[in-house]
Amino acid sequence: MEILQLIVSGLANGSVYGLIALGFVLIYKATEQVNFAQGDMMMLGAFIALGLGNDSQIGAPFWLACAGAILAMAAIGWGLERAVLRHLFGQPQIAAMILTIALGFLLRFAAGAIWGHDPLALENPVAGKTLRLGGTVLGLDEVATIAVTVVLTGLLYLFFRRTRLGIAMQASSQNQLAAYCMGIPVRRIHGSIWALAGATAAVAGILFASKGSIDPGTGFLGIKAFAAAVIGGFGSLPGALAGGLIVGLIEPFASRYLDAGYAQIVPYAVMLLVLVVRPHGLLAQVHAKKV
Amino acid sequence: MTLLEVENATVRFGGLTALEDVSFRVGQGEIFAVVGPNGAGKSTLFNVISRFCQPASGDVRFEGESVLGHSPSGIAGLGIARTFQNIELFDRTTVLQNLLIGRHTRRRASILPQIVFAPAVRREEIAHRGAVERIIDFLDLHPYRDNAVAGLPYGVRKVVEIGRALSMEPRLILLDEPASGLSVEEAGDMRFWIEDIRAQLGVTVLMVEHNMSLVSAVSDRVMVLADGRIIALGAPREVQSDARVVEAYLGTGTAMR
Repeated sequence: MEILQLIVSGLANGSVYGLIALGFVLIYKATEQVNFAQGDMMMLGAFIALGLGNDSQIGAPFWLACAGAILAMAAIGWGLERAVLRHLFGQPQIAAMILTIALGFLLRFAAGAIWGHDPLALENPVAGKTLRLGGTVLGLDEVATIAVTVVLTGLLYLFFRRTRLGIAMQASSQNQLAAYCMGIPVRRIHGSIWALAGATAAVAGILFASKGSIDPGTGFLGIKAFAAAVIGGFGSLPGALAGGLIVGLIEPFASRYLDAGYAQIVPYAVMLLVLVVRPHGLLAQVHAKKV
Repeated sequence: MTLLEVENATVRFGGLTALEDVSFRVGQGEIFAVVGPNGAGKSTLFNVISRFCQPASGDVRFEGESVLGHSPSGIAGLGIARTFQNIELFDRTTVLQNLLIGRHTRRRASILPQIVFAPAVRREEIAHRGAVERIIDFLDLHPYRDNAVAGLPYGVRKVVEIGRALSMEPRLILLDEPASGLSVEEAGDMRFWIEDIRAQLGVTVLMVEHNMSLVSAVSDRVMVLADGRIIALGAPREVQSDARVVEAYLGTGTAMR
């Protein structure tokens, strides 16, 4: 059952892309800024987990290291908004865009300075283990990645659907002026959004690192996730996830059936195709009312 | 009893003085209208009270306490709600959801009980829904409650925005040109809404409005602004016969009937 293996590994990679894409869309919807450092935040989250958890480093238990990385990235996201992005409130979009590209470089250099530029593996309980399903052998790391993504997506859905903060985030993304008058502190909400995007990036990073190795350049995965967000429709959270899964699924099949050189191009070719056929992305219209 | 007190408020935008030494008081339960030609400073006055604009000098007190230290979102918690001349609604949601966001400052539950929808959260939600349904009843919004706001007629959206402000259970509501863009019949309905807002909900009304027949019909007192200054303040009939008011309006080519 090679097909099943390809699907599972595609979904696992796609989950990571989807979670990074989710970070892009969260910030874009609420603040109309595109955070090109989202991929690098993912990379940094993975490194923080590695720094806390690996035996050669601090050596904390894996789950503690994960919690630490998620909290640290939430704090870093919040701090970046507070210290940097907030000052660009009301400035042209391009300023924030360039700034986040620079932030990405900064995070990459910081990670390189602390952890070096060689690929490192995150020690984790699922690495290298397999799951036997009848005649098929699946990587436990990949199954775990999919499972964690499903749970996180469900939590985010409930968060936006039911909590006061989640609804306030949606309100500020639809109309900031009106949100202020409803008693929603819009700027503080932007900080919370960045914190949420940071935490999501950390989860994506941990999942990605659990399936292989990371180095500071891993952040460039953000470009692929960006394509995923565009495919899904940039303003739609379910679209971002769907886009991530689509890109993730395309990759293993493309490299299975195409020459290695061409396989890399396919996700971007799909992005171009989607932009031509449905300029607002696949799910933009359908889910315009939901987050 | 004074509910809102504006004292010597002055606002400058660069070299332009938008408001100059403006002082007035709005009493509890009053319907108070602000009129004046375009550029007189009416919107600036509203923006000062709702904290989108900081005065160079002067003070604004609500229930005796200065509001100048509060942010635009902090004002909502004090009991001041407002509408906008150009309607600022959450366009991609329904009428019901817009009104429910008005309950934001009154929600108390914390995040985990909300996610699992604990019994206490359920009870709170029922109470909020009840409050919102009463506003829907009050403003006859039943036919539209589940419609997306973006597709509704202008006049209905205007009422929805008032409904959203009222679902905050404010003590004071600021209405920015509630009748602008409305048909004659809709403006007539608006008159009754405004009267009922005070009579049935006990909410004090401060409004900016150009429609003088509406202003004369509902207001207890009218304040006329021109070039950032108060040129008249009093009962509608007194104000309309004031020579300076007539001059201010004729000077800008707008007849006041």
